[in-house]
Amino acid sequence: MVPATDTAMDAALSAAISIAFHGVAYGMVLYLISVGLSVTMGLMGFVNLAHGVFAMAGGYAAVTLMARAGLPFFPALALSVVIVAALGMMIERTLYRRLYDAGELDQVLFTIGLVFMAVAAAKFIWGPQPQPAPVPEYLRGQLVMGGRAFPAYRSFLILSGAVVVAGLWLGLGRTRFGAQIRATVDNRRMAQSIGINTSLLFTCSFALGSGLAALGGALGADILAIDPTYAQEHLVFFLIVVAVGGLGSIIGPLAAALLLGVTASACSYLAPQFGAFFIYAATLAILLWRPHGLFGRKGAGP
Amino acid sequence: MRGIETRRARRNSLAVCGLAMLVLSQPAAAAAVKVGLILTYSGPNASLGEEIDNGVKLYVKEHEKELPPSVTLDIVRRDDTGPSPDVAKRLAQELITREKVQFLAGVVWTPNATAIAPLTKEAKIPFVIMNAAGANITRLSPYVVRTSFTLWQSSYPLGQWAAKQGLKKAYTAVTDYAPGHDGEAAFIKGFTEAGGTILGSLRMPIKDPDFAPFLQRVKDAKPDLLYVFVPGGKQATALMKAFGELGLAAAGIKLVGPQDITTDEELPNMGDAPLGVVTAGSYAVVAKRPQNAAFLAAWRRDYGTKSIPSFMSVDGWDGMAAIFAAIKAENGRIDPDKTMAILKGWKNPDSPRGPIEIDPATGDIIQNIYIRRVEKVGDQLGNFEFDMIPQVKDPWKVLNPQ
Amino acid sequence: MSAEAAPLTAAPSAAVAAILGRHRLRAVEALPWLCAGLGFFALPDYLALGSQILIMTLFAMSLDLVLGYAGIVTLGHAAFFGTGAYVAGILALHGWSEPISALAIAGAAAGLLGVATGLIVLRARGLALLMLTLVVAEMLQEAANKLGWLTGGTDGLQGITIAPLLGRFDFDLFGRTAYLYSLAVLLLAWWLVRRIVHSPFGHSLTGLRESAIRMRAIGAPVFRRRLRAYAVSAALAGIAGALLTQTTQFVGLQVLSFELSGTVLVMLVLGGIGRLYGAFIGAPLYMIAQDQLAKQDPVNWLFWIGLLLVLIVFFARGGILGLVDRILMAMGRRCA
Repeated sequence: MVPATDTAMDAALSAAISIAFHGVAYGMVLYLISVGLSVTMGLMGFVNLAHGVFAMAGGYAAVTLMARAGLPFFPALALSVVIVAALGMMIERTLYRRLYDAGELDQVLFTIGLVFMAVAAAKFIWGPQPQPAPVPEYLRGQLVMGGRAFPAYRSFLILSGAVVVAGLWLGLGRTRFGAQIRATVDNRRMAQSIGINTSLLFTCSFALGSGLAALGGALGADILAIDPTYAQEHLVFFLIVVAVGGLGSIIGPLAAALLLGVTASACSYLAPQFGAFFIYAATLAILLWRPHGLFGRKGAGP
Repeated sequence: MRGIETRRARRNSLAVCGLAMLVLSQPAAAAAVKVGLILTYSGPNASLGEEIDNGVKLYVKEHEKELPPSVTLDIVRRDDTGPSPDVAKRLAQELITREKVQFLAGVVWTPNATAIAPLTKEAKIPFVIMNAAGANITRLSPYVVRTSFTLWQSSYPLGQWAAKQGLKKAYTAVTDYAPGHDGEAAFIKGFTEAGGTILGSLRMPIKDPDFAPFLQRVKDAKPDLLYVFVPGGKQATALMKAFGELGLAAAGIKLVGPQDITTDEELPNMGDAPLGVVTAGSYAVVAKRPQNAAFLAAWRRDYGTKSIPSFMSVDGWDGMAAIFAAIKAENGRIDPDKTMAILKGWKNPDSPRGPIEIDPATGDIIQNIYIRRVEKVGDQLGNFEFDMIPQVKDPWKVLNPQ
Repeated sequence: MSAEAAPLTAAPSAAVAAILGRHRLRAVEALPWLCAGLGFFALPDYLALGSQILIMTLFAMSLDLVLGYAGIVTLGHAAFFGTGAYVAGILALHGWSEPISALAIAGAAAGLLGVATGLIVLRARGLALLMLTLVVAEMLQEAANKLGWLTGGTDGLQGITIAPLLGRFDFDLFGRTAYLYSLAVLLLAWWLVRRIVHSPFGHSLTGLRESAIRMRAIGAPVFRRRLRAYAVSAALAGIAGALLTQTTQFVGLQVLSFELSGTVLVMLVLGGIGRLYGAFIGAPLYMIAQDQLAKQDPVNWLFWIGLLLVLIVFFARGGILGLVDRILMAMGRRCA
């Protein structure tokens, strides 16, 4: 009977590894996209339902740069992040800015309007079809680690996510810009009165958030396919990551995204009949338990 | 007739409210045959509607001159926005009551067709289904015929075929809605009847971004083959990519399914992952038939050499051919019951997919089912036919007589 | 201004008279009903669309009660609409095909759900409140999707038959019965909502929207009032959903969708929130425009709706009724 137990153990182990691997890869994509939303919502107290638009724009930019302009993977990625960050900065300066002091209803309506327009524009330019994920050939295929084969691209996704987390952690934890952001999240008026240029800070962090979303959109196109309805379809999950993680935090969204990714992957692996139900139920429970999210700062947010 | 028209005109002139001014009511031209075409033109699945519509347009363009000289054809297009039966039903209702169409046609989604079918019975409107594949739709109304296929038609023979190849252990994974349930049941029945065993069955949500965990579970179960049904287009591509990345083929798991999982127009987006996938279906672009060559020549002339028709385009093409046959036979004066008599039993030896006919007993299509393998010729993938089951009737209706 | 205090004053002052005068029916309030009645005779081919307009008007009016009057920003009002729709559908499929009683049961079920979820979500504010309303609706949709044996899952509830209204009027293909039935229900609901918003309770809701802190300070039970408004609104939304089921003889998952919650919000905002009549302007306008424009070009339709929303936020807060107000005020000023 020993072999039988071994097989059962093996099966359980390999199931656990599979769930964790795919969950973390999915979670990393969600994190990349949502962390910017968390920071900007925490900073400006702005209910932004259009954040997915920037992720979608990043995906389309990367696909177009690679397929039509023939750029290699990494330059295309970098360029799309820059383009979308600039786009974000522009929209922040011209439109978002005017609604910082408006009620949340106005913010909701404005950003839903943006989403509708982006959906229509994307379909007009790129057509209704989903875009093929911009994945270079050398990242396709399998990677063998410890006798198990893992999809190479998803391993790369996890690695990229980890690099961004480390970068943000150091960048926001150790720099003046980061300190200003944290100060402003905690108390905007106080930050202003001690001479922090919050207006500039808003623009910069909005550009950073849009750029990160673009990175997530482009890198994650293999998991969340780039098509015109992207910003609408995945909105709920981005919002869940932000709300559960807590506004204005770097680690909160990471925890929430990984939790969500692993739960989603476990659901599809173990109990596909329950689908996303668990995720919504867990979100409800967490928000009731901690209305400001797992790692939220009390003062942050709308 | 005229009395009603004048009465309506008088009522119209009475309408002073702002609501009325926005809405235009148009009198119907006398000799026009009106066909209401309900397809999905917007949302994530807009491409499906466009593919069918391109087949419809092409047929009309190629064959319009064959209509009797007094007859003009008027196709009224409506967008059902996706799998939303309430919208589809309302559109059908409006097409019947407002536009006074004499045919209803199109419909991508089974739930939408199911919602529309009872109306066609009440209003006596012939309804030509050009895609929706749920087996029992044709039983909902005597005014329904189908020129596409059912999942049973492809997946039941596919199950039998697979078991005969010596593949013994199968896993199934299907999208959790009516056609998926049909495909799963049909494949399992065909496969187990021919001696195979099923290791497990998964149903995947219709809205799911990521197939990898599902396929990982299949991989860990180590079957000989995996039967998959997902709606063609975006989902099929995502599935195929996940299949390639997770190395299921390398682990010795063969992927089989109905033609939806390797539609010709999506193959270029799938990379090399679908190589070797075996599907059962009614139409492939690379099929060598003179009728297909003519169809493809017309297609490429109108939509460009890079454009690839899918089996749905051919379903639309053939659906239009059936409608044309009825219009011609009745010389443009459409009587619902006469039309149904013509449509049921209609034969077309010249379809791009080979000879087809409508089963007079069920209203469903009878056609060849081809077993095809995805192969690479030059740098392009294609579904190459290598086996054929001639003139398959919908097995579900054979197994479940009324 | 505390509306509750007003009736206590012994001699009605001029201010009180003004407030009381506001309750009185004005001629202009008959306009929507006149249009709806005319529509029935003038456009017999459009009654299917007509009854859906009436139903969406009712749904938007129910949203106005929570959003416009009580100031609860919700992204999940489809939860109640969908619950009503499914309850009516399930009842009909299990033999309860009498429409009016089914409508009442569906409304009660949605109202109960409103109380149950309101107890939870109304404790939150801001983003958490938005998220909770959204998540409740998504959860219900997911549950409806999974409970295929009860709800038909993705395929929806097919084959619903509704008994003739009052035992006499069949739901016909042209939608005559459906239209008049929806119109009658809307009229009743409007009368109810009108009474509510002009009652002391309604005024206290407005007070809550403007400043919950002040209302608490004057001793109003903030949470209970909000909950009551939420429950009434949920019941009305449920009745709207049940009407949709009964008039279309179909229920699908989209009655619980985020898209529907968003669409009804857009309709209401287009007409103007917190004004009772916003729904009567916004819903018909949106649906007629969609009917006429979207079928030609659904993609651009979405673009224009998006642009319209952005423009409303920047230039026309208060929607169409707000604009009308401003124009009337400007004209009044010129006259004076």
